[in-house]
Amino acid sequence: MRINRLLVLLTCALLSIACGGIAEPTIDGAPKVAPQFVRPDLNGHQINLKRYRGKVVLLNFWATWCASCQMELPRFDAWQKQYGKDGLQVLTVSMDDGDAPVRKTVRKLRLGIPVVMGDAKLGQAYGGVLGLPVTFLIGRDGVVVAKIKGETDLGALEVRLRRLLTQ
Amino acid sequence: MRRWLKYVVFLSFVGIWSGVQARAQFSNPAPGPLSATTVPQAQLMQASELAKLLKAGGPDRPVVFQVGSFVMFQQAHIPNAGFAGPGSQANGMVLLKKLAAPLKKNQLIVIYCGCCPWGRCPNIGPAYKQLRDLGFTNVKALYLANNFGDDWVSKGYPTERGE
Repeated sequence: MRINRLLVLLTCALLSIACGGIAEPTIDGAPKVAPQFVRPDLNGHQINLKRYRGKVVLLNFWATWCASCQMELPRFDAWQKQYGKDGLQVLTVSMDDGDAPVRKTVRKLRLGIPVVMGDAKLGQAYGGVLGLPVTFLIGRDGVVVAKIKGETDLGALEVRLRRLLTQ
Repeated sequence: MRRWLKYVVFLSFVGIWSGVQARAQFSNPAPGPLSATTVPQAQLMQASELAKLLKAGGPDRPVVFQVGSFVMFQQAHIPNAGFAGPGSQANGMVLLKKLAAPLKKNQLIVIYCGCCPWGRCPNIGPAYKQLRDLGFTNVKALYLANNFGDDWVSKGYPTERGE
């Protein structure tokens, strides 16, 4: 009887996991210190990466024409609200060629997280941002813990983030 | 026992339903009407093939246009490629038309972007259609499955920086 129950439970768990579709993201995370940058965000506030030492930083490179990016951004915004008190700082860098479409998208998605405009120099400093999205997780000590290329498994990323926040 | 079974069935439904919802919310959007997948298979060029043509030079050397973002182009692009602007934007279409104007209609033109995974690239499809509509008969699209970084740069094919 107990075995039957156990089997039923196991089947349910497997079914749920299969439908949830948890896939391992591509993570290429050679640890190195995150390259410093100081840039104004879209509201004119200076964003200085150094000022976030002591916090876990999620640094996301995106663009308005990147469909996958549009799906991630609202979640990152929600995480800032949820985990900000635990020491998370989400920073985003738009790799668009101009800020007009970026402002429009930020309004449309109602993003509260800082958005700075990127360029080739910043992209190269981070090892070349030659495909979007790209997300870096930076530890409280400023070391890059992970570089996640392409579409992120947001569930897995959140787990990883929470682990970092408790360290 | 029945109560137990009902509970299990209910939990399974909740699990399956939330999985399906999560997938629907965060999975890939359907490709747009002019996504890269609209380019006929026969008109795709593999990276190795283009690299070979570029190395060989001569009369068979194709004219290469990058039809993605300028920020990406500045970081790295295929040597001698022209920046033609994002194919998904009006200014990109104008620039592409201007750059292609002096070319012969049977010139081999290779366009590439590599901003995003192939199925989600918004630039290749419109640029390909534009060139075909302009009467160019030998247009190929460089197939970059993931992006320019993974499928060209990381594979050691030649690049140059700047404008």
